[in-house]
Parts: sequence; structure tokens; C-alpha cells
Amino acid sequence: MTDVLAPSAGPTLRRPRGLLAMAHDGWIITWRNLVQLPRTPELVLFTLIQPVMFVLLFNYVFGGSIGQALPKGLSYGQFLIPGIMVQTIVFGTSATAVGLADDLQKGIVDRFRSLPIARSAVLSGRIVADAFRLLMVAVVLVLVGFAVGFRFEGGIALGLLMIVVAVVFGFAMSWVEANIGLRVKDPETANTAGFIWLFPLTFVSSVFVPVYSMPGWLQVVARNNPVTLVANLLRSLSLGETLPGTTWFDQALPVALWCIGIVAVFAPMAVNRYRKV
Amino acid sequence: MTSPIIVVDDVRKRFGETQALDGVSLSVDQGTVLGLLGPNGAGKTTTVRVLATLLKPDSGSASVAGYDVNKQADEVRSVIGLTGQYAAVDEKLTGHENLWMVGRLLGMSKADAHQRAGELLERFSLSDAGDRQVRTYSGGMRRRVDLAVSLVGRPRVLFLDEPTTGLDPASRLELWDIARELVADGTTVLLTTQYLEEADELADRIVVIDRGTVVAEGTADELKDRTRGRVLQVEISDRNRLEEARDVLTRMAPPEGVHVDVATRSVFVPVGTDTALAANAISILSSTGIDIADFTLERPSLDDVFLELTGNSPSPSDDEEVAK
Repeated sequence: MTDVLAPSAGPTLRRPRGLLAMAHDGWIITWRNLVQLPRTPELVLFTLIQPVMFVLLFNYVFGGSIGQALPKGLSYGQFLIPGIMVQTIVFGTSATAVGLADDLQKGIVDRFRSLPIARSAVLSGRIVADAFRLLMVAVVLVLVGFAVGFRFEGGIALGLLMIVVAVVFGFAMSWVEANIGLRVKDPETANTAGFIWLFPLTFVSSVFVPVYSMPGWLQVVARNNPVTLVANLLRSLSLGETLPGTTWFDQALPVALWCIGIVAVFAPMAVNRYRKV
Repeated sequence: MTSPIIVVDDVRKRFGETQALDGVSLSVDQGTVLGLLGPNGAGKTTTVRVLATLLKPDSGSASVAGYDVNKQADEVRSVIGLTGQYAAVDEKLTGHENLWMVGRLLGMSKADAHQRAGELLERFSLSDAGDRQVRTYSGGMRRRVDLAVSLVGRPRVLFLDEPTTGLDPASRLELWDIARELVADGTTVLLTTQYLEEADELADRIVVIDRGTVVAEGTADELKDRTRGRVLQVEISDRNRLEEARDVLTRMAPPEGVHVDVATRSVFVPVGTDTALAANAISILSSTGIDIADFTLERPSLDDVFLELTGNSPSPSDDEEVAK
């Protein structure tokens, strides 16, 4: 047996290359981030408590009055759950910024950057692990929703598709948050900077109230907010029917374009930033 | 015959207004330890970050094991290990998981990565703690697992960036032993440290760096000799004859620098590297009938060297802000 501390005579390890290396290294970092989840119970707990709290608050506090403004036959619970799902998932992406800022501050990113691994691995590993977390949150939310009258009216397949769409949007938004995490000095700043702008983004939308209940000028903003487009698509998927006067294609296309657009802009930006930290 | 495995040639790096590296050149022979010394902000850590491919220099070139740090970064990364201030381990993973993860990232199979993790934990006396999260480790254990993680890939060049800052004396000695063993096995080590004693203990050669440039280099002995050299301290039994003793000694060469300390009843004579001069001084004093209580011939400490070269005392604080 060779000495434990002896240096190698030459580069002996064969590492995968190209796309395979990106997948291999990204997956190991994903593993590392997922293993941490159950060891950070406070993160899991608060990520789960928040949507439950919102569902209960909105359903029982605002449900009575907002329910009046809804089209006939649509219960507030049915209206609320898809909206809360987008909101929770979008809020949940701020953990991407915090996680990256934390790794940067603790020097773990320097460890990874000193290893001969794919440059994208730290980012993709973080974001894929976060997508798993978002998926978990979405599932819990649906379960809570069942308790307040939410149903997959359009069947289980569309219901599952609803969860998938929500997580894909969360994945796209995580790339925006990654840029924040890589540009701030510490996790505390990342927590604030990653979170604060999500309030107007999610509240000026159809998440909690119908857009037509807002002042005219705000309706313009709300209607074009990607969060509204996603909330409407999730609602349609949960009901099994499209908005009046539209087709599935009309509703899905802008959501797909937004997701692709966000990733196309913010992923290269994040990778570029990562190379320079 | 040894050849340089690390070569740094006229590397410059500016952060905003701060010229962190202002033309640093140095080389390290294979299988040796280079101690990189300097006050805070001198550019030690910046130099290591350039060599570890974490930072691109503005100009100049640097290579490790023949690979250019800019153009062949991945090749450089495959032969180096980095430990200390900046490269951390994951506190929420166990010691074993940290080692396993790096093994997997380096392309080992799952089984090989487990085996390598196990043998490193054993070698670093961490077997019992291997399945505990690193956040439960003591400072010394953390530093050991950190070093172990940087050794997973059997690096030929190891960067130890202030490896014992904040460690208790026992842990420090333990780390020194490991470092010596690594060098005995053929690893080349570049060590940055605040502790001059550490450089004195471990380093074959020392490079003193200040304000981004190399101000001196050599072995610890050469550095000590090339500054003030040795100082002869003569303690006189009779306090009243101190002045007389000084006059006697001042008449010998070299006249400058002879001074008296009344509290210790001592006369200090700088003798440079001339030990014969010291022997001469003692015998002349004896022949004049002045009773000598004690005498010592002291080398300046590296601290003295440091002070003289940089005009700065080495500070115990461990941050080098410009590198962040």
C-alpha cells in the first residue's frame, strides 16, 4: 500500500470532460446541498410554515371579502392556492442568493474553484438542489390546499403539470437570485436584497386578488407581470379550463418565453460573475 | 538536482486604488518548503490566490509544475492542494462526506473515494469523528480535516495559507509534523504565515514580501545574518564598572552600536558574523579585571529581521483585506 500522504507522480485521475463533466460535477454539488437540507431544519421548517400561514391567513381573513370579487362558482380556496404557489416558490428562490453568499463567505466556493471541476457546477448544483426544495414546498402547499377546499378539478395529470410549471418558473427565477447572491458581501445582505423586490413582484399580480380589482394604471403592470401569467396558467391547470377567450397555447407560450428568457439572460450573467469572484 | 516547480515572474495585481502585487517574482524548488512572510496587506494571500488560479494577475506570469496559471488553469488545479484561511470545508457535512465529495469531484469512483476518505481520516486521527458534522469539531480537528481535504487528490504542490493561525500549541505542533512528513514524501509546500517561528521551523527558504514586492529572500540563517548579525551580551558583576566595560569594548571594532543596559548590568556589542570578535571581546574584558557574570551570543530573531526589512512588526491579526 502506498503512503497516505505521498504526492501522486503525475495526473492519474481521469475526469469526465465537457457536458458530462458539467452534469457529473453539478450532480455531486447538488448532492452536497441536498444532504444539508435535513441538517438545517430551521430552513425547511420556515420554508414550509410560510405558505401554510399564507393559505390560512388569506383564506380565513381576506377570503370573505375577496371571494365576492371572484367570478361566480370559483371558491377563494380554489383561486388562492395556485397564486400562493407562485408566490411561495418565488419567495423560496431567495434562498438561492443566501446559500451562494454563504458559501462564498465561508470560503467553500474557493475550495471548489481550486479543484479541476466544471465552472458551472457550484451554480447548477445550488439551483438544482433548490428546485428539489421548491418541489417539496409545492407538494406541501397542495396538501394544505386540499384542507381548505382546493381540488385538482381538471384531473391529476393537469394537477401534476401545475406543480411542474411552478417549479420550472422557480428554477428560472433562481438564476436571478444567483446573481444577487454572487454580488453581495454576505448572507445577511443576500437575505434582504434577495427578498425585498419579490414583494412588489408577487403582490402586483393576480396572486391574491383579481387584477380587475386594482386601479387602472396598476392593472397594466399587473397584467404583464410574469407572476400573473404563471398564476393564471396554474389556475387554469388546477381547474382544467383556460381563461375565457384563450387557448392553452395562448396561456402557456408567454410563460415558456419568460422562463427561457430569464434563464438565457441571467444564467450566463451568473456564470460570468462566478468566474470573477 | 532540483528544479523550480513554482515560478512567479513579475506578477502585478491591482484592486481599485491598492497595488496588491507590484511585480512579485519568486521560485520554489521541487520538494522544498518556501515560507512567504510579510505584514498584513503585503500581498502574501494575493500571491497564493494567483497561484491557486483563484485570481487572474493583471500582468506577469506564473506557473505551477510547468502549467501556466492563466492558460492551463485546470491542469494547475489537478496538481495543487489549497488549505487555510480561504479554502474551507463544509460545516454541515461530516468529515467523511467532505473528503468523499472532493474525491468524487476529482473523478474517483464511489468506492475509491470512500477508501481514500477512510485512510485520510485515520492518518489525521479523525476516524472516530468521521461521521460527525464538521461544525461539531474543535479548531484543531477542523484544521486537520481541512488539510486532509486538500490532500485527497495527492497534490504535488500544497499551499498552506496561515495554517496554524488561532490553533493551540499542541495542534500547531501536530500540524507541523504533518507538514514535515508531506515534504519528506516529496510534496512541495508554499507556506504563508504570521508566525516567524513557523517559517523558521518549516521553511527551507523564506521570501519576505512587503507592499507587493519581494524585499528579501534566503534561508532563515542567511536572513538573520544579513541584517544586524549577532549581538554579544556581557553581564558585569559590579554595576559600578559598567561604563568602564563599555569604554573597553567600544575601543574594539565596530564602534557603533555598543550600548549599556543598567537594569540587566549588561553591555551589548554587535559583532556581525564575526564570532572571533566576540571571543576577543570576552578575553579583553577579563584581562582588564572586570568580572563577567554571564555572557551570551544571540542571533537576532526573525522578528528583528522582519522589523528591519519592512519597518513593521508582524501583526497577529489574520486578515488581508485587499485580497477580498
